[in-house]
Amino acid sequence: MNIKSLSLVNFKNYNSLDVSFSDKINCFTGNNGAGKTNILDAIYYLSFSKSFFSSIDGLNIKHGQDLFVIQGSYIIKDAEENIYCGYEKGKKKKVKRNKKEYERLADHIGLIPLVMITPSDISLIIGGSDERRKFVDGIISQYNRNYLYDLQRYNKALLQRNYLLKEAAKTKSNNDDVIEIYDQQLIETGNRIFEERKKFTDEIIPVFQKYFEHISMGYEKVQLNYSSSLYDKGMKVLLEESKAKDKIARTTTEGIHKDDLELLLGEYLIRKLGSQGQQKSYLIALKLAQFEYIQKICGFKPILLLDDVFDKLDSSRVEQIIELVSQRSFGQIFITDTNSNRINKVLNSVNDNYFHFNVDNAQLTKVYETD
Amino acid sequence: MSPVIIYSMDISQLPSRLLENAVNEFSKLPGIGKKTALRLVLHMLNQPTEDALSFANALIQMKEEVKLCVKCNNITEEELCSICSSNVRDESLICVVESIKELIAIESTSQYKGLYHILGGRISPMDGIGPRDLNVDSLEDRVVNNVVAEVILALSTTMEGETTSFYIFRRLEKHKVPLSTLARGISIGDELEYTDEITLGRSLLNRMPYHGK
Ligand SMILES: [Zn+2]
Repeated sequence: MNIKSLSLVNFKNYNSLDVSFSDKINCFTGNNGAGKTNILDAIYYLSFSKSFFSSIDGLNIKHGQDLFVIQGSYIIKDAEENIYCGYEKGKKKKVKRNKKEYERLADHIGLIPLVMITPSDISLIIGGSDERRKFVDGIISQYNRNYLYDLQRYNKALLQRNYLLKEAAKTKSNNDDVIEIYDQQLIETGNRIFEERKKFTDEIIPVFQKYFEHISMGYEKVQLNYSSSLYDKGMKVLLEESKAKDKIARTTTEGIHKDDLELLLGEYLIRKLGSQGQQKSYLIALKLAQFEYIQKICGFKPILLLDDVFDKLDSSRVEQIIELVSQRSFGQIFITDTNSNRINKVLNSVNDNYFHFNVDNAQLTKVYETD
Repeated sequence: MSPVIIYSMDISQLPSRLLENAVNEFSKLPGIGKKTALRLVLHMLNQPTEDALSFANALIQMKEEVKLCVKCNNITEEELCSICSSNVRDESLICVVESIKELIAIESTSQYKGLYHILGGRISPMDGIGPRDLNVDSLEDRVVNNVVAEVILALSTTMEGETTSFYIFRRLEKHKVPLSTLARGISIGDELEYTDEITLGRSLLNRMPYHGK
């Protein structure tokens, strides 16, 4: 699967753009603010019907204009597919597949699998545990609606239960009979969520190890664990045992909402000890494991977007990453970088076809194309 | 009265205190803002006196004479509502609904011949509605003091609806009364391929025997 061409109207800093892509590697170099990342975001839009960066569609319209249009022509399972995404101020966003508008945007998600890595993703490595739960939940629920439904029910029940715990403390009254109803819902959904998260992490951990070792050329020892108190006890026992503690804390202290991914470098948490280069390598290995997981589920290779990922990485790691993603196991790739020399050097060593574009003030110039 | 005055009138400075009172009362209604209230009041002012009186009387009479059925909390002018006092309805069936709106919806299907029990809401502590704010005690009394063959829980499939169903289940389980809930599944006339996975999965789990129709 790949995107053959993209056209933009009034999207971010582009007035209009028509560009064709290589089915393998596409590089965009140029200064910050030139519009490299906006091309990647447009491709992201066509997969997820929203921007990677902002959930407000209006912010993506070119300044002073009233609407934007993104169109992409794809080859999916040997058939040509045209995807349209348009937004006009004050109107409903429209997503069309081969000129037919979707009734529900959710129905489009999953047609064009895509994995994007940007510098802001580093919060997955160095941020709080909620970032890592969001990562795991986002991937599983994209292909498992039952999981998403359980997650929504768990979170709602959790809010109600925490509210009841606070009320009981404030009014010094007993509302155990109502708390028990929500316990029941947390038990039912919590156990299932744990099982799905375990299944998912069991699958991506060895893949992650493989990629990290490749990027760091085997010099560093890493370990990724799914940590959850549900390993030892079911949700029912956990809630029973922590009831007294919950009443004092006025909140639910145990459950799958406390799960985390433990990211270790040697024996230490990477967010506390790792260098920027190590943290970035960790992030890239994790995202590539996500890539492989999605590929396995949908049966073909997602599009891979690498936005400015080489910054702060030493040249050997950059070469390892390029070598890795240009292998057969990855499909179409889009790379942005401010450093044109760095890209040229690594591309020269790659035996694969690629397009190299220079981006300057929302103008694209193809500077190189392999034949 | 010239329309120019109506549109340029400052609502905070009405020419009459009585007019202001009426506007305030109207604007207490759900979905009615001050501007709409003023428009309605000016309309009433322009109506013949007898029309305005019959409007006011309808409200007073409704408020004074409409009560809630002592058995099921349905709206009635008597002690018992027309459903509870009917002698053609099956008294051993109780259908539990959130409000009168759901009762009306079920009645319009003409498929149900039992009695009702209106809860008066659904449990959501964060919105200030706990189980004690609902008519669950009276439901339990009905189950204990009557011969009840089945209690049908006809609540929404939202989280709040399910919570409420579960609470009622907890309250009634010791009385050994058979409980049932509305079937969840594919809507009539729906294309299978467009049905969402949750509904489709549920429908498959709760599939039923087929005898040719
Ligand atoms: Zn009644």
